[in-house]
Amino acid sequence: MFTRRFLMGALSAVALMGPASVAHAADELYVPLVSKGFQHQFWQAVKQGAEQAATEMGVRITFEGPDNETMVDRQIDMLAAALANKPAALGFAALDSQAAIPLLRQAHKAGIPVIAFDSGVDSDIPLSTATTDNVAAASLAADKMAELIGGKGKVAVVAHDQTSRTGIDRRDGFVNRIKAEYPGIEVVTVQYGQGDHLKSTEVTKAILTANPDLAGIFGTNEGSAIGVVNGVQELGTAKDLVIIGYDSGKAQKDAIRNGLMAGAITQNPVGIGYETVKAAVMATKGETVPALIDTGFYYYDASNMDEPKISAVLYD
Amino acid sequence: MTTVSEASEKKPARGLAEGGAYQKLLAFASLIMLLIGFSIASPNFMQTSNMIAILQATSVNGVLAIAATLVIITGGIDLSVGTLMTFCAVIAGVVLTYLGMPLLLGVIAAIGAGALCGLISGTFVAKMKIPPFIATLGMMLILKGLSLVISGTRPIYFNDTPGFDLISRGSLIGEVFPALPIPNGVLILFIMAGVAAYILGRTVLGRYAFALGSNEEAVRLSGVNTDMWKMRIYALAGGICGIGGILIASRLNSAQPALGLGYELEAIAAVVIGGTSLSGGRGTILGTLIGALIMAVLTNGLRVLSVAQEWQTVVTGVIIILAVYADMVRRGKTG
Repeated sequence: MFTRRFLMGALSAVALMGPASVAHAADELYVPLVSKGFQHQFWQAVKQGAEQAATEMGVRITFEGPDNETMVDRQIDMLAAALANKPAALGFAALDSQAAIPLLRQAHKAGIPVIAFDSGVDSDIPLSTATTDNVAAASLAADKMAELIGGKGKVAVVAHDQTSRTGIDRRDGFVNRIKAEYPGIEVVTVQYGQGDHLKSTEVTKAILTANPDLAGIFGTNEGSAIGVVNGVQELGTAKDLVIIGYDSGKAQKDAIRNGLMAGAITQNPVGIGYETVKAAVMATKGETVPALIDTGFYYYDASNMDEPKISAVLYD
Repeated sequence: MTTVSEASEKKPARGLAEGGAYQKLLAFASLIMLLIGFSIASPNFMQTSNMIAILQATSVNGVLAIAATLVIITGGIDLSVGTLMTFCAVIAGVVLTYLGMPLLLGVIAAIGAGALCGLISGTFVAKMKIPPFIATLGMMLILKGLSLVISGTRPIYFNDTPGFDLISRGSLIGEVFPALPIPNGVLILFIMAGVAAYILGRTVLGRYAFALGSNEEAVRLSGVNTDMWKMRIYALAGGICGIGGILIASRLNSAQPALGLGYELEAIAAVVIGGTSLSGGRGTILGTLIGALIMAVLTNGLRVLSVAQEWQTVVTGVIIILAVYADMVRRGKTG
């Protein structure tokens, strides 16, 4: 009796999933995306973009990612299940490129084109990588900074990391642009706060103490930018300092609305998802895809952050 | 189906070790049902490569679940299995990559570190009388922190230790039977299950594990040093987590220091699906192994069917409730 009840339960669970698999036509292209995350707003925005492209191009996608960015083995399991479905192409944002290499080789051998997205995959197997051009995005931050401080004065950078690709690109993008285009502006220092709110706060206070005449600070990611805001607030001396941040998040959006922060660069997660699926479809048709797809970025401030185009890519 | 239920309804509940027989059958039946259901629902499910992917996904959780089973049988709980696994992986990384020692030493260090941490948890529980939930919760956090401290919050790669990735990814079976490239990690899981089942069923340690879970007071009053046996069981469970650490590090070819939180709950889920009682005194390794397989089949099958990820989690939760409910009903009837 209990056997029956239990088996019925198991059966109904199976039945529940049945329609999902029958619903799609057999000749429809299937493109699974295995992401670095799933429940964060950023990843949901990537998923939204991927779904948009899937609808436009008539392909079927799935979007999966582990609960958090530490679960490397769970991501590998997801990749294995995705490959079992014999996909037409695969989108992948590696948590750890090395751990995924055996499965990527398997995909490569089976002739499944792999498109990397977000931070990409450290391997030559992916045909293309859809990601933000961080150098160009940080250059835009430099232009905005120059405009806001009137083309002259001292500025500083609070960066999140000196070894990761995004850390290096954003720092160099900003610093090199200032050097090349704005002779009146001097980058007095670049300091690192590991993207940690508290560390970035301390770093900012130290910079401001050493340079009381500072005109602006660029924070290279969400944690750095919020740290800059906190540091300036705690010191309470530099009221007219221009702060430019990166990405979004509730605290940063609030700071921009309150005028504590001038504005920030946002990546375009929707575009990342869209371009990944688009490149995957192109690859299955044998078309050449560019090795690097710039998915775009925007500068936003209190004046345009509620525009649909911008608010769609901002997250809390 | 009818024969199964008739046969088991006639059978009276017997000894401790056989208490889970019905549940095991039940769990085994649901495993088969799931396999059949998924095979019908998707032609891509029942392929050798996908079955191997499922076994591979079971290997680490299965080993952790075996460790958790031992502790749960004594009436305790071990919340530290996941982060202990990570800690042991990091220790292997330090010994092999940072110190450049030979492969075998890294494996021994990881298992040794696991056993030592298990012994410490056991001491908290047995000697200091801290409830197992709290003692192992504390241990879980201590080990999570230490893994980050020791590794410098960076993954440690095993590129300089040739052959390390083969511990889990290689396939001895595949060399003999090329058509069946079952990874070594899976082989290790089954060997571990055999060893643990032997310890539980055939040794004094196993007998005391069940006795402690059934009635610790009675065991103590009969003159047995219960503290010592309890500590040994926690140490054994810790050593098994060390093997889990080697398996995951080998599979990822790196020790990922931030990994591990949440893995304890999946291990415990596999244990209860397999019919081990959370109140102690009753359980089997075979049941746990089937429980871990059910979890992996379910996760993989739902993915192959392209069920939305949100719903995958819901279905997994429902299956856990159903499995435990079936067990409760059975016990209410026979006991």
